[in-house]
Amino acid sequence: MNSWFKSGSPWVWLSAGGVSLSLISVLGLLWLIASRGLSYFWPADIYQFELLDEKGKATTVIGEIYDRERIPTKQLSHLNLGFDPAQESIERLLVKTGNRELVSLDFRWLLMPQVTKMTKPAELVVIERRTNGNFYGYVESIVLDGQSLGLEKMTELVERVEDFQSEIDELQKADIGAINYQIERLRLKKRKHKLDDTLTAERENDIDQQVATLQAEYLVLEKQLMIIRDQVSRDKLVVRAMGGEILQINFENILNVTYNNKLSVFGKISVFMTQIGHFLIDDPREANTEGGVFPAIFGTVLMVLLMTVIVSPMGVVAAIYLHEYAGKNAFTKLLRIAVINLAGVPSIVYGVFGLGFFVYMVGGSLDQLFYAETLPSPTFGTPGVMWSAITLAILTLPVVIVSTEEGLSRIPLAMRHGSLALGATKAETLWRIILPIASPAIMTGIILAIARAAGEVAPLMLVGVVKMAPNLPLDGNFPFLHLDRKFMHLGFHIYDVGFQSPNVEAARPLVYATAFLLVTIIVSLNMTAVSIRNRLREKYRMLEH
Amino acid sequence: MAIALKSTGPRQLKNTLARWLITVGGISVLFTLVLIFLYLLYVIKPIFESAKVEPVGQFEIRSTSPILSTGIDELKEVAFQINQQGEINFYQLVKSAAHEKGSLVLSKNLLGDKSTDSTTLVNVVDSGVENKLLLDSEGNVQLVAAKFFSNFDTGTREIIPSVAYPLGEEYLEIDENGVAFSQLSFGMDDEKAVFVGFTDDQRLIKTSLIAEDDFTYDSAYETIYQEIDFPVDHIDEILVTPDMALAFVRSDNQVYVYDLDDEDVVELKATIIPALEQSSTKPEHLTSMALLSGSSSILLGNSAGNVTQWFEVATDNGRQFKKIRSFKVSDNEAVSAIYTEQFRKSFYTLTPSGSMGVFYTTSEAELWRGQLTPKQPTAFAISPRADGLVVIENDLLKIFSVKNEHPEVTWSALWEEVWYEGYPEPEFIWQSTSGSDDFEGKFSLVPISFGTMKAAMYAMMFAVPIALSSAIYTAYFMTPGMRRKVKPTIELMEAFPTVILGFLAGLWLAPIIEDYLPAIAMLLILLPISVFVTAFAWHKLPKKIKAKVPETWAPMILIPVLILAASCAFLLSPVFETMFFGGDVRQFITNDLDINFDQRNSLVVGIAMGFAVIPTIFTMAEDAIFSVPKHLTSGSLALGATQWQTLAKVVLLTASPGIFSAVMMGLGRAVGETMIVLMATGNTPILDWSIFQGMRTLAANIAVEMPESEVGSSHYRILFLAAFVLFVFTFIFNTFAELIRQRLREKYSSL
Repeated sequence: MNSWFKSGSPWVWLSAGGVSLSLISVLGLLWLIASRGLSYFWPADIYQFELLDEKGKATTVIGEIYDRERIPTKQLSHLNLGFDPAQESIERLLVKTGNRELVSLDFRWLLMPQVTKMTKPAELVVIERRTNGNFYGYVESIVLDGQSLGLEKMTELVERVEDFQSEIDELQKADIGAINYQIERLRLKKRKHKLDDTLTAERENDIDQQVATLQAEYLVLEKQLMIIRDQVSRDKLVVRAMGGEILQINFENILNVTYNNKLSVFGKISVFMTQIGHFLIDDPREANTEGGVFPAIFGTVLMVLLMTVIVSPMGVVAAIYLHEYAGKNAFTKLLRIAVINLAGVPSIVYGVFGLGFFVYMVGGSLDQLFYAETLPSPTFGTPGVMWSAITLAILTLPVVIVSTEEGLSRIPLAMRHGSLALGATKAETLWRIILPIASPAIMTGIILAIARAAGEVAPLMLVGVVKMAPNLPLDGNFPFLHLDRKFMHLGFHIYDVGFQSPNVEAARPLVYATAFLLVTIIVSLNMTAVSIRNRLREKYRMLEH
Repeated sequence: MAIALKSTGPRQLKNTLARWLITVGGISVLFTLVLIFLYLLYVIKPIFESAKVEPVGQFEIRSTSPILSTGIDELKEVAFQINQQGEINFYQLVKSAAHEKGSLVLSKNLLGDKSTDSTTLVNVVDSGVENKLLLDSEGNVQLVAAKFFSNFDTGTREIIPSVAYPLGEEYLEIDENGVAFSQLSFGMDDEKAVFVGFTDDQRLIKTSLIAEDDFTYDSAYETIYQEIDFPVDHIDEILVTPDMALAFVRSDNQVYVYDLDDEDVVELKATIIPALEQSSTKPEHLTSMALLSGSSSILLGNSAGNVTQWFEVATDNGRQFKKIRSFKVSDNEAVSAIYTEQFRKSFYTLTPSGSMGVFYTTSEAELWRGQLTPKQPTAFAISPRADGLVVIENDLLKIFSVKNEHPEVTWSALWEEVWYEGYPEPEFIWQSTSGSDDFEGKFSLVPISFGTMKAAMYAMMFAVPIALSSAIYTAYFMTPGMRRKVKPTIELMEAFPTVILGFLAGLWLAPIIEDYLPAIAMLLILLPISVFVTAFAWHKLPKKIKAKVPETWAPMILIPVLILAASCAFLLSPVFETMFFGGDVRQFITNDLDINFDQRNSLVVGIAMGFAVIPTIFTMAEDAIFSVPKHLTSGSLALGATQWQTLAKVVLLTASPGIFSAVMMGLGRAVGETMIVLMATGNTPILDWSIFQGMRTLAANIAVEMPESEVGSSHYRILFLAAFVLFVFTFIFNTFAELIRQRLREKYSSL
């Protein structure tokens, strides 16, 4: 034993324990996020619980089981529920009961000893709605145009409403949105002429006429919208909730009607897939706690793309300078320290800098110069997607530089010498020989930068991210790309829904799903980058031999 | 030959152009860093600047009688003076469409109809910015207000002055016996006005005018007269607080504080007796008194040139007026007058020789001191926005501009204990906003800097052991095949967005830790023990099995062992809880140990942020250990040292600068991390090392408060200062670490 200790073997094992712990945490974290994130989409069984409380009152509860835990009986002793004190702990279930219009909370704890019967009736249904969250209960009948019918037509009616809803969306967002946008632009045009003192009677007349035409168009569209709205709210679904209450749900509020308990495994998989699809392409509902995350995905991608456009040339040029042009002197050393520091400065500092310098100083000046007609409401002098992209470009600059430089340093000197010996200038060597070979390394750098930017939240909170953006930064209205708009971001969505939403408990599964999405994107980006880099290293090794 | 190879013409031009462009691109990196540094500095600079007082103009005013009072409008375009003859004269200060610069805009006699030719004004008492209480030689009292309106009719702005009578044009009957006053002071709001005066027949009286409706619409009121008992025979000065709660009555060197809130009796609440030097040849005495904005502090000036601030402090014997701090205003002259700003805690002092001082109480800052006029001015007023002064001296009306944007911020206010109004003692407090209007921002960077250190420390305590041991094993003991898989996996941790780590820490880990606190404590012991036991078991295994599962598989063998040990800890946790802590650890900690327990505490932050820091330390330390030249280790092993001895005595020693710089980089990362701290703590700025309490860090503080701070305000600039502190902090860490690494690399290549 003593000699074993002296050999140092226990310490080796202890350090191996460090590796194991790190591996457990990484993989465990991935598994945790994946399992919680994906289970959000899986259609859970719906249970009907018969309860008998300590006063002998019987109640029925219908819902999904969310969580279960054991608690010491002692903790409940003050409630005098009459449990056997010999029993040390009892099980309790967290059940999501939905039906927000009937009960104030979506969730309720059930104590297992009080549950007398637990069944899974096939007729139980979960109805996903636009407002008030899910409904759990039984479907009684359908009221079509005032007449009561059987349940056969349900799918057809749900689809009918869906068509109308997308039509309404189209009208509201695309057509009416465009008209409003044009009217606003005309108003600004008028104001600009006024400010420049170039507003002639003719021009004013012209603008007013255009506005009048647009308003006329608007009225037509509004009438159309009213007609569809009438259509969409024609039918109703009569349902029975867990307390026996009969409710009418208008079809216009219904998104989905699923008999979870009737579904086969394949049925469940298909529901699972559709749910994932909806999550990816739908807009959020109910203060972001339900629905999809499409605007957040869109905002993240757009911002990251803009950032890439800025950071790639800057980073590559800086790396080329450091590796190909800079001499071995104190200044180069200083530059390298600058690169390391850019990588090490806390991201929130970039946010502060971005807000003060880009938004207020540069953006404020731009507004004074070019957007005087909209003042005092700022155009670029307020946080927006462009400033976010620029701020993150500075933040990720070192990532691109380091990666590109690594690639450059692996290219054998012989290749440069060969090119130069054949009479090419240094620029030509760079452009024709070095850059093409280093392109995968550059690619790696850019991918890593994208991965970093996609996960960064703190600086964005200051320079452009919002909880809910009314419009996407890219739409059908000229000039199509609106760099001054604020945007939504997956990372901020997690923070906001997880910590700032009114009903954190109900929103938590959605946050896990969003986190899973973000982690998937970032981890796969990273793995791609690493594999490109590894392949590149192999290639260079071959070049050297 | 050389000539033949040389490229010429446009190709050479392109080459030169490319060189230039790339050089500019490369230098732009340095430029960016310097730009960030300088910009932060540029925003911060104004808070450390002293005040500036500069003359902007003066006019001769042809007044035949001495001037009693003066004032100026908000935009500093029109000033006025009230003279002994009862005239108010408004002068244009800047040229406008209607008036020349310096011209008389409006002149009005303020003396009422009953006055005779010989009636003169004897005193003008100020309250607030615009209200002036006039006392004439007949003993009449009248309240007037100088009002200013902006008029845009002519296309440009024109300030139109006027005189209003907030309590009606009739004389006010303050004393029911109609006796004149030697001292009078008042305070008023929309519903009430309270006057406290000392009459010529030696009575101290309080008179309340209660508005029937609201003074802004209707000047009708009813009057309540009260007499106040007072212990002395003469009174030098009276001040009523603007909220009409207190009256300060000065008689010689004592100040009596009366409580005015009570409707029936006015009681003596306290007596302030400042310590004054009496023994010397020139005994000190009080010379002036003023109320500080917010009406809870009083300033007393004495003949030795000192101003002391007093306010009520909760002590063991109840609330008492205490001397809080004192200011040396003049070296040899008495403080003849103290003027205070309306909204901030700045005050201006004057001495008989006309030298003026500008001070700020809370930050104990002397902002400006200098000679304003050759001798003490006859009238003095601070502009409503506190950005200018109007001073009347002889026949000259002088205007000064005051640049004093951030008097409340000084080095000592940021980093030292400050005694704020209403607090029992000096403290470090960060409290930037509040619901009320007359709130004073408390900007001590100490609690949030402390929070930053605390968070970073707990994170390092968790991260350093795990990261370094993993780095040592991966770099030195692991087979190359396994290393190729393990290293990128651990580095994957770096890719985890911190917002997700923060979310998991706050909503998943924090409740678990709260419920299973004993398990967490047990893990600390159980995990190493289980490792040792496994190691020993493996050591005792027969050779045959050992050959099949070599020691290099240790990390893989340990994964199930550690998971098992952890599950054991969690299973046993409730048992432990009932056995030792009466079933609930949380209650045990709060009740029996008397320690505050937050669900989102330093332990949660330490673990979550440790996670974020592990890959940073791991990668760099692993690189440093892995690149230790092989011949060093071979030499050591050849001389008979064991693997472990070689590692401890040769490898780690050689790589120690690299490991050190890895830890520094990790620390830099932990200091600046925002989202994890923001989400995994309660963000309360407290000064407490307790592991069961949260903290607020510099970074999280910026993220929370920056979006709602007003651009250009002190708060905004202090947040920039916080960012600057972070920047400098991490800059030092990173630069230091990078220099060490560069040196190490040179050392390795020379070995």
